[in-house]
Amino acid sequence: MLANFQDQFLSLTFGGLSLGFIYVLIALGYTMVYGVLRMINFANSEVFMYGTFATVVIIRDLFGFTQQSEPATGFRLFYILLICLAGSMFLSGVLSIFLELVAYRRLRNRGSNKLAPLISAIGMSIVLAEFMRILTDSRYVGSPRVMEKSSIATIFGANLRLDNVIVIVCGLVLYLVLQQFVKKTRLGKAIRAVSMNEDSAKLMGVNLNFVVSGTFLVGGLMTGAAGFFYTLKYENTSFSIGFELGIAAFTAAILGGIGNIKGAFYGGISLGLVETYASFFLGTQWKAVTVFLILVVVLYFRPNGVFGEAITQTRA
Amino acid sequence: MFNLRDFGASIWERSDRKMRVLIALSAIAVAAMLPFLGGTFLNTPVADYGSVLVFPVAIFAIMALGLNIVIGKSGLLDLGYVAFFAIGAYTMGLLGTKTSLNTWEILPIGIAMAMFAGLILGVPALRLRGDYLAIITLGFGEIVRITALNLNAIGGANGIIGIPTPPTIFGLEYTFDNHRLYFWTFLIIILLTIWMIRRLSVRRGGRAWESIRQDEDAAELMGVPTFKYKIWAFVLGASVGGAAGVLYASKTLFISPDNFTLQVSILILACVIFGGMGNIWGVILGAVILGYLPDRIRFLSDARLLVFGIVLVLMMNLRPDGILPRKKREKALPAKDSK
Repeated sequence: MLANFQDQFLSLTFGGLSLGFIYVLIALGYTMVYGVLRMINFANSEVFMYGTFATVVIIRDLFGFTQQSEPATGFRLFYILLICLAGSMFLSGVLSIFLELVAYRRLRNRGSNKLAPLISAIGMSIVLAEFMRILTDSRYVGSPRVMEKSSIATIFGANLRLDNVIVIVCGLVLYLVLQQFVKKTRLGKAIRAVSMNEDSAKLMGVNLNFVVSGTFLVGGLMTGAAGFFYTLKYENTSFSIGFELGIAAFTAAILGGIGNIKGAFYGGISLGLVETYASFFLGTQWKAVTVFLILVVVLYFRPNGVFGEAITQTRA
Repeated sequence: MFNLRDFGASIWERSDRKMRVLIALSAIAVAAMLPFLGGTFLNTPVADYGSVLVFPVAIFAIMALGLNIVIGKSGLLDLGYVAFFAIGAYTMGLLGTKTSLNTWEILPIGIAMAMFAGLILGVPALRLRGDYLAIITLGFGEIVRITALNLNAIGGANGIIGIPTPPTIFGLEYTFDNHRLYFWTFLIIILLTIWMIRRLSVRRGGRAWESIRQDEDAAELMGVPTFKYKIWAFVLGASVGGAAGVLYASKTLFISPDNFTLQVSILILACVIFGGMGNIWGVILGAVILGYLPDRIRFLSDARLLVFGIVLVLMMNLRPDGILPRKKREKALPAKDSK
């Protein structure tokens, strides 16, 4: 077993890293909203699910790929992937704003208790998932293969698959862009201001509704990108995948310290890696248990996650 | 807006003792009559009306009452409540098929098992607050389900079949399709639970929970042993969940890990909040509506869960405190750090 593990260590690590980056992007969706509203956005998992479907629809219907067609190469591949990424991000971003308007805005402006928006978000999550279930007849939807999943390099005997490389590189770029966005831009500064102190931010002339919508948009964009990467990597999706991935990503966000962008990053990466290693040793069926046990242990010693909840310092 | 809760409370407070007994007895009588109303507009199109009343409605009501102790009374967000339900059900399943104990003998064992699990989870988890507690309890629920799924000793994915029905009492035989008898039995359990919660709420423990929910730090400063009472709330909530599990298993006679998913926890949480967190009657009403509604609107066939979700969103937007909210004076003051 152990010798086997040593052989496969690198390829497991690559797979784990790319899964980790998918978690990072979804976790960013949770963490952005949590940082500003102090609320779990329960429907974020469905935003992710719609992102995966956007990619499938673009590949299948816009570019007319079928299961038999030849994978694209070169510049055409680059261009198709870019359109898919943009489409997924756009759909998820719009959906996320819509979600805020329907499930959160009215309740927030009325200053209701914390749990009412949680339930209305759960309601929206049911609506979105059921809508997609009816559209797809409760079936898994396969995505046609757009790219050859060949290995582009071999490092110490481990194959470096192209799709994993794309996920890791793009995930890292998106993460860095988001970090700069929150640090440098006007909206980013407003988001940080609101997450520090809502009342003072309002007094300083920050338009709260605009900032909250903006936060949901940014979170949705990141989650949508994760949807694209998921479809690229696993090549199928269904109305129910949001739940599983959403829970894992949420765990990742908590692990790093929710409301904290850096925390989502390290939480997601470590969760992806741990999950992959754990399924190698214990079999995939125990993977979720390992993840939660790690979470329990981490929270026992560091009740605010590894990086804490201090949004303001770490975000800047 | 018209407040049904205050309206009901004002009638109750104005009436004398005789009147109150009368109101209570007639309410119980109406509830007990429910299984006979199958022929009316209440009828559920596809599922058998009598069986819908037993599961989900009655079972949901018991579980919602239990969860209400944890979340409504003491303000602890528990997203893994299904774990206690599962532990109760598996206790019934295993002991019922492997030993000669009957349902009523297993019931206290199941409750004890669930309470023990509540203690094990509570001691580390209740050091955390708010959303962290939520995710830990959620994780616990999933751990219990996945463990049940992967341990072949307790049936694995196939679950447990052939769980015995409760033994005959007073010449009344619990056959699988004798839904009325089950319903009345569960009604008695519901009444017992209500009684227990009402007694506890007016005592020291109830006041301690109330203070913890409103402001945990202030409660601690005033000398309330918050950790102890949080554990108590958790364990009592677990005991009710365990009881519901035992009863559920001896009604459906077949359990599998699929019956104990996170969705159940979320649905029960929705019952509590939808009905009116902290108010026993609201919680029961929420459980009745949310348990019954998906089967009533089955004529929408495929779209019924979609409609269910829309109802949740609309209701929460229109009545964020639930259909029957708690009394005004019991409402928590807005905590300083909440937004």
